[in-house]
Amino acid sequence: MKKLIAGAAIALMGLAGAAMSEEYPERPIMMMVSYGAGGATDFQARIVTMTAGNEDALGMPIAIINKPGAGGRVGWNWFATQADADGYTLAAYNVPHFIAQSIKGGVQYSAESFEPIANWGADPAVFVVGADSPFNSMADVVAYAQGNPGKLTFSGAGLFVGHHIAALQIEKAAGVKMAYIPTKGGGAAAMKAVIAGEVMGGINNLSDAYRAQEAGNVRILGVADLQRSDFLPDVPTMQEQGLEVDNSSVNFRGVMVPKGTPQEVIDKLAATVPAMFANDRVSKKMAAGGSPMHIMTRDEVKEMWAAREQTLKELLAGL
Amino acid sequence: MDFIFYFGEVFSPLSFLLLLGGTIGGLILGATPGLSPTMAVALLIPFTFHLEAVQGLILLGAAYTSTVAGGAVSAILLKIPGAPANIATTLDGHKMAKQGQGAKALQLSFLASAVGGIFGVLLLIFLTPLLAQWALAFGPSHLFWLAILGVTVIGSLDSASVVKGLLSGCIGLWLATIGFDDIMGAQRFIFHPSLGGGINIIAALIGLFAIPQVLTMFAKGRRADGAEVIEVQKHSVLDATRELLRRPRALGIGTITGSIIGLIPGVGGQIAGLVAYDQTKKFSSEKEKFGHGHSEGVIAAESANNAMVGPSLVPLLTLSIPGSPTAAVLLGGLLIHGIFPGSDLFDNHPDVAWTFINSMLVGQVLMCLFGLYVAGLAARVAQVPQSVMAAIVLALSVFGAYSVQSSMGDVYVMACLGIGMYFLERFGFSAAPLVLGLILGPIAESNFIQGGMIADATVGKSAYFLTGGLNIFLIAVVVASIAYSAWMELRSRRYTTKEEAQA
Repeated sequence: MKKLIAGAAIALMGLAGAAMSEEYPERPIMMMVSYGAGGATDFQARIVTMTAGNEDALGMPIAIINKPGAGGRVGWNWFATQADADGYTLAAYNVPHFIAQSIKGGVQYSAESFEPIANWGADPAVFVVGADSPFNSMADVVAYAQGNPGKLTFSGAGLFVGHHIAALQIEKAAGVKMAYIPTKGGGAAAMKAVIAGEVMGGINNLSDAYRAQEAGNVRILGVADLQRSDFLPDVPTMQEQGLEVDNSSVNFRGVMVPKGTPQEVIDKLAATVPAMFANDRVSKKMAAGGSPMHIMTRDEVKEMWAAREQTLKELLAGL
Repeated sequence: MDFIFYFGEVFSPLSFLLLLGGTIGGLILGATPGLSPTMAVALLIPFTFHLEAVQGLILLGAAYTSTVAGGAVSAILLKIPGAPANIATTLDGHKMAKQGQGAKALQLSFLASAVGGIFGVLLLIFLTPLLAQWALAFGPSHLFWLAILGVTVIGSLDSASVVKGLLSGCIGLWLATIGFDDIMGAQRFIFHPSLGGGINIIAALIGLFAIPQVLTMFAKGRRADGAEVIEVQKHSVLDATRELLRRPRALGIGTITGSIIGLIPGVGGQIAGLVAYDQTKKFSSEKEKFGHGHSEGVIAAESANNAMVGPSLVPLLTLSIPGSPTAAVLLGGLLIHGIFPGSDLFDNHPDVAWTFINSMLVGQVLMCLFGLYVAGLAARVAQVPQSVMAAIVLALSVFGAYSVQSSMGDVYVMACLGIGMYFLERFGFSAAPLVLGLILGPIAESNFIQGGMIADATVGKSAYFLTGGLNIFLIAVVVASIAYSAWMELRSRRYTTKEEAQA
């Protein structure tokens, strides 16, 4: 009987929240990924959390749960409205996706619904063309678009995702009208359209485009980021080619918790998680998979979110 | 002939053990409703972190192969297709089981799976470069016509009347529009947050097929207390092999249709079985037996859905484009070891590539052997009293629907669709055409809109959709399919009127 009471007492303490910060985390943690298993976000989330169980990290493993659907909206809706704010439920965020979606409306979250913990990766959008395309630089693309307004077809993964933002920024910077073709089925379908010659060009993730270029299927004409990528030192950025495109479309991936999570838990996570991402084994696996890493602390991410919300509001206002 | 050189690797002790484990585990996972091949492979990914690249892929390849075949077990015994690939198997397979031929149906399905599967993997080994070109040949306009071809099947599929078949197809098409639309950014028919992501196809499958079964079992359970659900007659494997060899047409059409359709990125796996089933029916001399427990139906469907496994990996292995959700998960399994599919894989890691492909070949054989063993055990599974069976199926259904994306919303969707289907079945509607509508709707719609956007920017809609060799060929097949169905319908009507006149 005594054991039972003691057990109940411990269970109650666990529920109380305040008492648990001392030894948080005391059980495995769950992390929700709002894209399907096998996608880039899921794949990277599994790698960066694989050392969570180490003593110098959280000391408890992180299990990945996938809640895919509607470009991430299903998972983030669930996270904003139903997830327990106890520190045992984390989620992966994709910026600019969720911020752009919250600006366009129809979802139950905004940047204020979540508390960022740390950022692990930054996958810039790049402009790709088929291996036998006549375009050799962004200037060629812009020149064609100027001569044939609305006729240059280029693919990307859906609406209000990084690819779409990059497309809007390129059109705005060059002052041209092109035909953006959103595909269903993510970046893979958009890439297939480029390789098969269904479209004249496309926006895609740097990591996927890098692989496709290695395989000799596409050429990468420009990177929509502020500096060149380590994976592609020879490919110039959009700005180098005279197009005023900043890093608003870069797909930042990181970890967040729901608003209302105890401050001690947030502090503990914010202190440990960036170091966990910096682990040697993690960075080796990420580099092997062609996934660019970009570790940012909680304060840096907060700033990035705020800046992104500002630019996206302006960019999407006309749509 | 590179692949023969790497066969030794498959039979090294650890690799073979993993192959064995993957195959048996895959069969069990595949037979569990709701655990689709994609889910099974995704569940295994974390294990491959600790393995060598080759070994990890052997595990994943074996699991992929055997989950596809394992889905036939629940499709035949419980009428719950484990994945969209197994829908066609339920049509005749479950009827056979009801007639006491469950063991025979299972044996046939595993033998046909092995034949189809081995053919598919051999295609992957010998014709990969050629097939890669074929996979790329299908643009939005072609996929649109392919989906329309699928729609022409709807009317004649598992329904007493063409009109009812078409009506349930329309319900499926409507259900498919629910959710956020990725291409136009619109929200359609979302009255509850659970529907934001649309109707999940696996949850819908479970609801539409399993729940009406459960309700029917509960409805009459009391009266026949303790009765056996299905009687299973013993059936020897030798007889099953002989039966299979007597049906070369079903086996051939199934295998070839499955291989060709499996290649097409984004479409293949889900409709290969249904298209093969329909084609076999059209070419069969015993059309009227289909849907009443005819062995050709099981053979065609199962050989097609396993023949698709090999070719479905072609776009991934050669072009680094995952053509199906399962291929996307396998891509993750490769990347985690720093291996990029594409020329890099075959040039720099031939040991990984060929061992992986070989393991699928050996996996097909192992899958067949264990499958036949399972078929022998099926008798015991089926001798459970109806009330107990109903409870088990219900529990499995809820578990299956929930596990797809760990979402209670999917369970509600499953329950609602299932209860709706129970009443629809009372009025002679059936689930298969409804599910086909649900699968084909998004394919047809998104490719039409996408093709339309490309067409508007370039040559115009009519030129884009109606010209070009492949478009015209597909349109011709669509027209032929409709004409054939209409002719059959007219003929059977004349036949019945004559009979009535005589009577």
